[in-house]
Amino acid sequence: MDFSFLFNNFIELTITGLALGAIYGLVALGYTMVYGVLQLINFAHSEVFMFGTFAVAWVMVFIHGTGQVDQSLWTSIGLLGICLVAAMGTSALIALLLERVAYRPLIKKGAPKLIILISAIGASFSLAEFMGLRDKVAAWFGLEDNLSDYVNQARNTYSSPITVDPHGLFTVVNYRVTDVDLFVIGAAVLMMAGLDTFVRRTRLGRGIRSVAQDPESAALMGVNSTAVIRATFLIGGLMAGVAATLYMIRIGTTRQDAGFLLGVKAFTAAVLGGIGNLRGALLGGLVLGVAQNWGSAVFGSQWQDVVAFVLLVVILLVRPTGILGESLGKARA
Amino acid sequence: MALRPNLRILAALAAAGLALTACGSSNSSSPTAGGSGGSCGNFKIAYMGPLTGSAGALGQNMVGGVKMALDAYNKKNADCQVTLKTYDSQGDPKQAPPLATEIIQDPSIVALIGPGFSGESDATGKTFFAAGLPSISPSATAVDITQQGWTTWHRIIGNDSAQGAADATYLKNTANAKKVFVIDDGSAYGKGLATVVKDGLGSSVTGSDTVQTGQTDFSATVTKVTSSGADSVFYGGYYPEAGLLVKQLRQAGYKGLFMSGDGSEDPKFVSTAGASAANGAVLTAPAGPAPSSFNQTYKQVNGSDSGLYSTQSYDATNIVLAAIDAGKTSHTDMNDFINSYTASGVSGPIAFDKFGDVQQTTIFAYKVKNGQLDTANPSPIS
Repeated sequence: MDFSFLFNNFIELTITGLALGAIYGLVALGYTMVYGVLQLINFAHSEVFMFGTFAVAWVMVFIHGTGQVDQSLWTSIGLLGICLVAAMGTSALIALLLERVAYRPLIKKGAPKLIILISAIGASFSLAEFMGLRDKVAAWFGLEDNLSDYVNQARNTYSSPITVDPHGLFTVVNYRVTDVDLFVIGAAVLMMAGLDTFVRRTRLGRGIRSVAQDPESAALMGVNSTAVIRATFLIGGLMAGVAATLYMIRIGTTRQDAGFLLGVKAFTAAVLGGIGNLRGALLGGLVLGVAQNWGSAVFGSQWQDVVAFVLLVVILLVRPTGILGESLGKARA
Repeated sequence: MALRPNLRILAALAAAGLALTACGSSNSSSPTAGGSGGSCGNFKIAYMGPLTGSAGALGQNMVGGVKMALDAYNKKNADCQVTLKTYDSQGDPKQAPPLATEIIQDPSIVALIGPGFSGESDATGKTFFAAGLPSISPSATAVDITQQGWTTWHRIIGNDSAQGAADATYLKNTANAKKVFVIDDGSAYGKGLATVVKDGLGSSVTGSDTVQTGQTDFSATVTKVTSSGADSVFYGGYYPEAGLLVKQLRQAGYKGLFMSGDGSEDPKFVSTAGASAANGAVLTAPAGPAPSSFNQTYKQVNGSDSGLYSTQSYDATNIVLAAIDAGKTSHTDMNDFINSYTASGVSGPIAFDKFGDVQQTTIFAYKVKNGQLDTANPSPIS
């Protein structure tokens, strides 16, 4: 147990942990919203995120080609903007597709939640495998040569050709805070604030809160629950698209199973912060990211997942509804 | 309209029966030695290892070598060809055991080229040994595999005690490293290699850490390396994590040497790390570059360039084919043939010791220069 290492590098471990956690938080927003409205754990949300990461990489390859290059965040900002739009669009599309194909027929039939959960798990595997077999799918259309930069070696890692080089901006104690760190954390906080405002101030947001609180009364009050559910998935997908862009800026490499581990962590973050609570999702994500880093520092990196999940159990024992507790339906107007 | 309960049970039993016969028939109809073609044995060679999955590129190199050897053999023996049967374990020790069971139940398979990775070799060694099926692995380098007493298990590549010792020698003598930080990924291969390197470095090891395969954020490990003041990092593991690790190390300002073993020696290491982060990295492998004539023929047969382990699997397949030509096709005959085989292969001199390890091995250091992994000019480590 090495506490002195943790104290000596506290700032660095915390800030990099926050940057990691910001991505967890954005993905957690999707889990927490769908759970708040439907009481459904959308297992396939990790694949919504994964498709977003591929959209970013593909747009970069399409615009820039496969030659590898290093660029600063500032010079890449235009390209990243296009990638952001592509990722948000792709993730939203996959989320809507999921809702339409995997969930809506079952919800309409009033299927038990367990059945919808199984559908979610199946959808998650299907989407991940589909991405892993994209070279075969391209071959059906005879496009595997034209699209070889995008579909070749489908099960191997896929890297974006542009590496975003972080630049130090200022120093806190002994750590040089970089522009990428601030960008990632700032973007996540901004998106969460925007989403929070949306849910509190707009008509659709009120609709989401009312369906989360009581679907039958909401229907009686004239809220179109199908539209609300669709909007919930759409928003979750948009958030995952932002997370995917930030992930590709920080990590730069993806794979068809890149969503899986991150999705488990993000769902954990959502529960940690209070399932159904938007601020809780981001808070849970940040706490999880920092806990992972601190745990790695004290015990060794092989223990980082153990630390994260033990933390989850401890917090739930003390506060079963998660840190912030209150749910989407009970959000103040 | 629901069927009456009796009919439903009957229908379910009928379906189950059909399914069982379908499963059973694939085993019973495979040709036995001395089948339809008179004296032609219709022999098969099996390959088990990664073909897909995160390190699938390495497995593709191996199958390419096998196919190249078979292509040449089958051209000369058009009336009695040997075929390849591939089993994709993704290099995963959890997926390999059921495949091993399938392989030993096929009587037309005379030998196994593989298993590809060390973890799956540990997981399936007992199965293959109990069935007596001889195997030659082109790539599984963990030391403990040949210490289990599996006399049918061979490898045609130097093991990690040789590679790790050479890596430590390189770090001490060529790189003049004074403070080495050793990281591994907890896998049978990665941890094994890193341990040998640590033992070889002794007091030069300034710190160590274990990460996980599939991990993408290494910020805690990177902080440990930079705060330890290490001048070199050795990573035992595979290219997906190695690439991300070196990228994040460089972004955090680490300027020292990054070194890894044969699991990282792949062009995907460079694309994962980004060209500038990968530059200067040293990746070792117990395998030298293939001669250009080999690469030309490989490209003709497979349509892509050869890679790490292609020459090993090519040589391994040729040993098995030589045994088939000599009529040594039973498991015991094949195993004796392999044990006593000596020749000069494309991958180097071939002779197996009593544990199944190849007797002579040279470790090569490959460098990443100008955004490319230089596979043609490695330097041997002595």
